[in-house]
Amino acid sequence: MNDTDYNAKRIGEVIWVNGPVVRARGSQKVGMLEVVEVGPEHLVGEIIGLEQDIMTIQVYEETTGLHPGTAVYGTGMPLSLELGPGLLRSIFDGIQRPLPVLEMRSGVFIGRGVKTTPLYRKQKWQFTPRVAVGDKVRGGSILGTVPETPLIEHRVMVPPRLTGTLTWVAPEGEYTIVDPIARLQMAQGERELTMMHRWPVRRPRPYQLRLPPSELLLTGQRVLDTFFPLAKGGAAAIPGGFGAGKTVTQHQIAKWSDADVVIYVGCGERGNEMTEVLQEFPELTDPRSGHPLMERTILIANTSNMPVAAREASIYTGVTLAEYYRDMGYDVAMMADSTSRWAEALREISGRLEEMPAEEGYPAYLAARLAGFYERAGRVETFNDATGSVSIIGAVSPPGGDFSEPVTQHTRRFTRCFWALDKTLASARHFPSINWLESYSEYVDEVVDWWKAQGYGDWYNLRAKALELLQHESHLQQIVQLVGPDALPDDQRLILMTAWLLREGFLQQNAMDEIDSYADVEKQIAMLRAILHFHDRALKVVGKGCPIVVLHDLPVVNRLVRMKATVANGEVEKILAISQAVDEQMDKVETDYL
Amino acid sequence: MTEKMNAHSIGGQEVTGATRIEGPLLVIENVSGVGYDEVVEVIDQRGRVRRGRVLEVGEGMAVVEVFAGTTGLTIEDTTVRFLGHSMGIPVSVEMLGRVFDGLGTPIDGGPEPLAEHWADVNGQPINPTARVYPRDPIQTGVSAIDGMNTLVLGQKLPIFSGSGLPHDQLAAQIVRQAALPETHRRAEGGADSNEFAIVFAALGVKHDVAEFFRNSFADSGALARVAMFLNLADDPPIEQLITPRAALALAEYLAFEKDYHVLVVLTDMTNYCEALRQISNIRGEVPSRKGYPGYLYSDLAGLYERTGRVKGSKGSITQLPILTMPNDDITHPVPDLTGYITEGQIVLSRTLFQQGIYPPISVLPSLSRLMKDSIGAGQTREDHAHLSAQLYAAYAHVQEVRSLASVIGEEELTTVDRAYLTYGRAFEREFVGQAKDENRTIEETLNIGWRVLSILPRNELTRVREDEIEKYYGKKN
Repeated sequence: MNDTDYNAKRIGEVIWVNGPVVRARGSQKVGMLEVVEVGPEHLVGEIIGLEQDIMTIQVYEETTGLHPGTAVYGTGMPLSLELGPGLLRSIFDGIQRPLPVLEMRSGVFIGRGVKTTPLYRKQKWQFTPRVAVGDKVRGGSILGTVPETPLIEHRVMVPPRLTGTLTWVAPEGEYTIVDPIARLQMAQGERELTMMHRWPVRRPRPYQLRLPPSELLLTGQRVLDTFFPLAKGGAAAIPGGFGAGKTVTQHQIAKWSDADVVIYVGCGERGNEMTEVLQEFPELTDPRSGHPLMERTILIANTSNMPVAAREASIYTGVTLAEYYRDMGYDVAMMADSTSRWAEALREISGRLEEMPAEEGYPAYLAARLAGFYERAGRVETFNDATGSVSIIGAVSPPGGDFSEPVTQHTRRFTRCFWALDKTLASARHFPSINWLESYSEYVDEVVDWWKAQGYGDWYNLRAKALELLQHESHLQQIVQLVGPDALPDDQRLILMTAWLLREGFLQQNAMDEIDSYADVEKQIAMLRAILHFHDRALKVVGKGCPIVVLHDLPVVNRLVRMKATVANGEVEKILAISQAVDEQMDKVETDYL
Repeated sequence: MTEKMNAHSIGGQEVTGATRIEGPLLVIENVSGVGYDEVVEVIDQRGRVRRGRVLEVGEGMAVVEVFAGTTGLTIEDTTVRFLGHSMGIPVSVEMLGRVFDGLGTPIDGGPEPLAEHWADVNGQPINPTARVYPRDPIQTGVSAIDGMNTLVLGQKLPIFSGSGLPHDQLAAQIVRQAALPETHRRAEGGADSNEFAIVFAALGVKHDVAEFFRNSFADSGALARVAMFLNLADDPPIEQLITPRAALALAEYLAFEKDYHVLVVLTDMTNYCEALRQISNIRGEVPSRKGYPGYLYSDLAGLYERTGRVKGSKGSITQLPILTMPNDDITHPVPDLTGYITEGQIVLSRTLFQQGIYPPISVLPSLSRLMKDSIGAGQTREDHAHLSAQLYAAYAHVQEVRSLASVIGEEELTTVDRAYLTYGRAFEREFVGQAKDENRTIEETLNIGWRVLSILPRNELTRVREDEIEKYYGKKN
């Protein structure tokens, strides 16, 4: 990964090559999961199996031309990331190589064996110490701060698991990430600390205490926040066939969620989609701070045609970066699009290792790996006594849109929020195409106090009522499919009408519309109240014998359906006005017809 | 981008005698320094040469895949010459107007084209930071595409079809009518062309199909701008693993080195996947769905992702792969994995075809992912996005009304629902349906859209804006 900080030494030679899997014979002192370099181009790989003097290596780059007899070099380290200022606004590949640097080195196409450091060494950062000589510190203690971007203050921490007393602290000033900023006297001796440290991607970073998730991860997407909320520190799955809208939903959450830091992992997906994010995010502004969204974002791009082993690593790279910012006390949201491609990478490597397959060719350890990944989500108390969280939103791409396949099924076991995408809705261009009957969130009871604290004590009941109406509608629709809507009594036809208002006027949200793209909590609740208020009034009117067709033709109906795009955030009084119009028109109906 | 030789492998090595021959695979022993993915020449006892490549290397051992098959090869008299580099082809602008076999050798009787460049057929992944996000719509003259699923310069948009459906006619019509966006014409068209260069790869299709495309290109006077790579139904199927790669290597050269706008047509991708499955089975690999190898997704991505636009080049690659869905099943692994990689899909429907509607594009499952940023004021027309969303939503409702009508009868429907039925028929006949040589402008397409939409009562239109209704609804245009 980085040729300046250590010297790779020859540890063996290649004896067998099959795609990304290489076997070599040599030293028995190589560790499992150690990073090695293969061949004269020093292709990066990782040891994934050891048997006597034979080591099995998965190589993160194309192995074309590699032949038996060529040398393998050890690095003595597991696959690790560089963690320090300069991560935000970056775009890395699956093993943290900065893609813009690769472009400078090898042009439009990604060449092989390009060596570069993940973080830029020469950039100077303004460091302000928060500690003094003589302070006792431990892993996770904050040494000082760096304004990494206008949005995020980077809190420089003591690397995990080190404890001791500071014997020297750099004064406030500009330093690079390799300049010493403190000296730590530990039981084992003295050690210099810099603003950067390394951490192996496959090992979860330690924390002090795990806390229950209790706050809503606000996304501005009505179907998510109001109906199927994800708590900060929770994990959600978005399964859906191609064209169902996984990527747009992920992009919307990356854009609008109220996380402090967003890590977006494009794992085995389309190149143009990553380019879209790259070109769009610097131009979009965060609705809360007014700064470009890129200032809180890190992108990991390992597109579908990039080497498969690096795709496998990209998920871990993403979650490790997320944990690092969590440890500073930030709420981090990580999107992985798509975890199915990651599972397929596992399958491909497993196949080349000739392991015994379990379901559909996937290795038997698929469930364990998925569990290990999703368990890295969580809300924690950090070692600097702050609260931070990692929320994981994983897209799942089931073959043929069939949710019974292994990746979807196992993911379901380890996530508590399930946003099921529906192809029929997507075909009708109802987006986000999240099916309200199949989706669920187990965080509803955990975030109810959060909603109360925001002043919306009625959220729980509004939500329950709206869901009940939608549930009822689906039953009625079955009858309608057999006998037509005219056969239903008017109070049931009213349910169809209100459900239609909920679907068109509330659940459906246009990501392309400037006003509709993001709805704050106040607007979400106001809209829901207005629609349900219409239902309550209409129910009484219909109960008194007013024909349903009269209600269909009320001018206020059109305003209710269109309020999502006509009323901006912060203008709820306009929604109240619509509610008032509901009252006026209903009053009139009552006098005219009854 | 390309490398002629891998400096570290030892070329020119020759070994006589194979250890094992199985299907198209040869196992060779007593070799050393053979590189993974290296090209070989296999010489039989009569001195005839076939080409192949290395699939696996071990100590003193190599597994070789022979493209033309192993028929007639013997254990004793087979000689294998390792060439020391991976599979590559010479590429040049002169290749336009020529016909090649599946491995890139000319078969039109003309001379070997002069190599301006040596390109590795496998290519290399485009760095996402070096891409330019595609935003310029191509007018294909086909309403169901231009209006509902706009094709964008630098997009990969496959046609999902079934056997017997007119996918070839549709692809040929698109190739014939595709007009470069205004902003890319003239000087930027690569070699002063106002038109696309076309790279056509036939993968195991019938002679007639290849001939149909050739004639279609000839009729529109495009033949001089077309390079054809033909692996036909009676050619060795294993060659198909190379054919699309050779075609794309040329496309990349034309687009990114010579500033051409290239339209690549690959047909039929289902055959390609069959060939891949065959090799995988013979090698005894663990199969995933329907016997296809677990790496089918990565392998297809390696082809489809070789599309787009990049910084520093004025050219582009737009891909139009065609695949027939076995048994019209869109969940079959080939269309399924393709849909996950490509930026949308155009789906053909047997029902529409049987009703005599051409092109029989089923708009509901069709999609263009790049459409959203490529339409609207300045690109097509300001109402395009809302109009297409409304046409979609209304047509989706038509399906519900039709199933209802089939139970209770049309007479029992409400007036509004009857209007939907009329709309549905008009949408299929007038908007989707058009003649095989009808080339509609986007303006015409959108106007037809409004015309059929005006069949519905005004207050049913919730996806279009009030001012758009004011401007276009019920207007004669």
